[in-house]
Amino acid sequence: MLSMLLRRLSLGFITVALVSIIIFTGVEFLPGDACTAFLEREAQGKLLENCRRDLDLNRPAIDRYLDWASSAMVGDLGVSVNGQQSIAELVGNRMNNSLLLAFCALLVGVPLAIFLGVITALWRDKPIDLVFSTAAIFAMTIPEFVSSTVLILVFSAWLGWLPGIVLTSANASAAEFFPEIILPVIVVAMVMTAHILRMVRTSVIDVLASDYVRMATLKGVPYWQIVFQHVLPNALLPAINVVALTIAWLLGGVVVIEVVFNYPGLGRMMIDSISDRDLPVVQAIALILATVYVSVNLTADLLTMIANPRLRTLHMRK
Amino acid sequence: MNLDNRPLIEICDLSIGFSNEEKQVLPILRNIDLTVRAGETVGLVGESGSGKSTLALAMMGYLGNPLKVLNGSTSFRQQSTFDLSVRELEQIRGGQLALIPQNAGQALTPTQRIGRQISEALKLHSKFTETQRPERVIELLTQVRLPDPATLVDRYPHELSGGQQQRVAVAMALAGEPDALLLDEPTTGLDVTTQAHVLELLRDLAQETGTAMVYVSHDLGAIARVCERVVVMYAGEIVLDGSVRQVLLKPVHPYARSLLASIPKLREASLPAALDGRPPAPGDVGNGCAFAARCAMVEDRCTHERPSLQVTKSGERVRCHLFEKVEQLAAPGPGTAVERSSLKQAPEVLALDNIAISYTSRGLLDQILGRQPNNTPTVDDISLVIRKGETIGLVGESGSGKSTILKAIAGLIPARHGNITYNGNELLKASIDQRDKNQLRRIQLIFQNPDDSLNPRQTVAEILAQPLRLYFGLSNQELHDRSVEILERVRLGGHYLERLPSQLSGGEKQRVAVARAFIAEPELVLCDEVTSALDVSVQAAVLGLLNRLQREFGTTYIFVSHDLAVVRALADRVALLYQGRLCEIGPVADVYSLPSHPYTEVLLGAVLEPHPDSVPVLSADDIVELSPMPIGCPFQRRCPRRLGEICDTQTPPWQQVSSEHLIRCHIQHSDLQKIQTQQVS
Repeated sequence: MLSMLLRRLSLGFITVALVSIIIFTGVEFLPGDACTAFLEREAQGKLLENCRRDLDLNRPAIDRYLDWASSAMVGDLGVSVNGQQSIAELVGNRMNNSLLLAFCALLVGVPLAIFLGVITALWRDKPIDLVFSTAAIFAMTIPEFVSSTVLILVFSAWLGWLPGIVLTSANASAAEFFPEIILPVIVVAMVMTAHILRMVRTSVIDVLASDYVRMATLKGVPYWQIVFQHVLPNALLPAINVVALTIAWLLGGVVVIEVVFNYPGLGRMMIDSISDRDLPVVQAIALILATVYVSVNLTADLLTMIANPRLRTLHMRK
Repeated sequence: MNLDNRPLIEICDLSIGFSNEEKQVLPILRNIDLTVRAGETVGLVGESGSGKSTLALAMMGYLGNPLKVLNGSTSFRQQSTFDLSVRELEQIRGGQLALIPQNAGQALTPTQRIGRQISEALKLHSKFTETQRPERVIELLTQVRLPDPATLVDRYPHELSGGQQQRVAVAMALAGEPDALLLDEPTTGLDVTTQAHVLELLRDLAQETGTAMVYVSHDLGAIARVCERVVVMYAGEIVLDGSVRQVLLKPVHPYARSLLASIPKLREASLPAALDGRPPAPGDVGNGCAFAARCAMVEDRCTHERPSLQVTKSGERVRCHLFEKVEQLAAPGPGTAVERSSLKQAPEVLALDNIAISYTSRGLLDQILGRQPNNTPTVDDISLVIRKGETIGLVGESGSGKSTILKAIAGLIPARHGNITYNGNELLKASIDQRDKNQLRRIQLIFQNPDDSLNPRQTVAEILAQPLRLYFGLSNQELHDRSVEILERVRLGGHYLERLPSQLSGGEKQRVAVARAFIAEPELVLCDEVTSALDVSVQAAVLGLLNRLQREFGTTYIFVSHDLAVVRALADRVALLYQGRLCEIGPVADVYSLPSHPYTEVLLGAVLEPHPDSVPVLSADDIVELSPMPIGCPFQRRCPRRLGEICDTQTPPWQQVSSEHLIRCHIQHSDLQKIQTQQVS
């Protein structure tokens, strides 16, 4: 078990290391460098030289990579070209905000998705299933900017119940984001719930058709006892991995929603720094997102293994 | 046995069916009348699609989607099952009426420990209190003869072997102290030895507890061992119902006669008689007898007048217009003997020299460092010479490496070491992608399950065209002609070309798979359990086909099977494998006549013949071994004739019994023969 954990951890570390190399070489291969990208037409003479000296761009690429990678490991992500601020600090704030959004969305979305997924599966093809399954398809297919805009129009412009835009600054505390964060959370949760709902529904339907559920029925086990003791523990195992992927998506992939609501999250920072040509920040965010993906998936695999006796013995034996 | 003579289960004129897309009602079961009394053991036998499982589940008031009751009723203890409330059904199911499912591995909930699953049944259906239950669980596990029940309760289903899982399912069914047990193919998928042990357990239970049993199976041998009475089903009807002795020795229905004739027998070196055609699909029966289309004795009225269930003088119920005529017939004789010419002089086709195969793949690190895996290989020390035109049977329990050896010969799993020589001088490369086209063509493989080995999106024409294009570069008319020719050879005909596998029956699919192998004009055909997914009557036809093709083309077969009787019918020589090691090899007649190797003795002893007096000899435990022993005799842990330390530490030498017959054992062959002769007398 321990050796398996160590192996998975080191594999995860290797993955992140490879990603960091790819990011770094990708940036290296761009024509010009961080300074020419940032300074644009002014990239000449003294200004360029100073910039390069400030960012330490005159040393060989391998040296710079090793420097960057080793300081990134202890949390120092360098300084941005733009404001000459510590990237760790800049990104840290945004990360907190993204985590807040993700946390709220998960808190609402996951229980709701599992509940509705189970309900729609148990009442398969009944009206309740048709209503929620259709709603889920709508939630998945309507573009986020459309649903965001409609929600702002209804709840903010017409009813005036909720603020339609986030005006709180990026470094504010979590409490200060309420109630501004409510609408973005609803939009994010809608998409997420729909995905998880459909997955849970399929999984429950599969398990309901299994031999062991039929056996439990023929053993005289009452219906709800079958659902809670024989169906759900087996059907919800795959949900762990889907939720993990959703978390990673919530942190980096909800740019559109962040832009519509002016929410200061990580995704928007990435887009902003790309348009500002602030390459050190882009590198840092890419690296952080890769780490998030790897660690979230690793956690999900470990959780699945703890919850699934089959996987557990498989790894115990090794 | 039991004085209470009121029927326990009573089924009256029951018909069950479903509606198809055109709103036609298609019956699965038709007018079933059946009573089971307390303590009675009844076998329900029939081929797939005969409705036997549906009938058993209907006794519990269970109908799978989309089935519905069309007519009639079933009752348990005078309560009409389909009229009971859900609550009342839950009381009966698993309580007075318990099910032992097919494939217990899938019928046990994977995320629950064994103890908890049995405890659940106790909680629902017994008076044991919370504190008494753990002890009762252990009692039940002991009753089904599971080793070390105290640790077993904390195991998960996947941590047990197939035989152990089946025993857990039996224990779970016994938890409610049922009046009747329904057994739905409880031993299908188990090894012969495990099956024999589970059947003995069930038989003892029936005798000890007086529980009635309804035993659903396609295997007449298993039914003969456990049941007193047998009900034969065909196309959703009961066609014959009588005592096991009567039905097996003097069947008065033509279908039962043909069914018995199609079963290969261990003591007969002949091919069983095939039953042509296939059962009618639901709704296709017409007005006459359902069996008329395949019946050898068919008369005019059979095709338009449905026979009723009549009672014979000896008290059997039979659904046949001509049962009195059938009664007069002599018992079915042995099948057609296979002509065997002496093959000792035939040239060698394939030689395996000290082959070892390992499934464990080397990790990335091992590959970088060039390390070899140091574990004991799955298959080891296999040396065999196969001569042109012969059939060699590879026999063993599951996990004995029989299919693995075939895959190594085909190059699908490269052998770890050892040589495969073709035609005496041509060294075959270990991996399939290093072999040339001609080498590939000469060795063809037929798989166990045609449902998996035929691409469901390809028509028969496309399936057959592939080898023709690949090996012979044929196209258009020539390709078409060859395809039609081979289809006629396998008795299908050119009109099958445009069909998809889903439009074929199981036997027809396997014929297509055989045609695909033979269209390449192979010299060696590897048959991997080719009949084990088929019904017995279909199996007989496929065995006949393989035998005929061999005579026509002079093909050599390596025939892998777990069924010793099938190998007896088809093979010239047989090699017995245990845990990937050869134990005995020799001509079929020598090996089967007086088993000499202890493993052969165990395997042959466990075989159940469809005969009322067939008694298995259980001489070894059915422990399941996970990995082969690194040193000593591979069979040391289960051997009933174990000598002592020498078996654990030294690999036994090959003993030459005759020029063709070799066994690998520390005991002298003559001594083994002596033990056997003493046992027989």
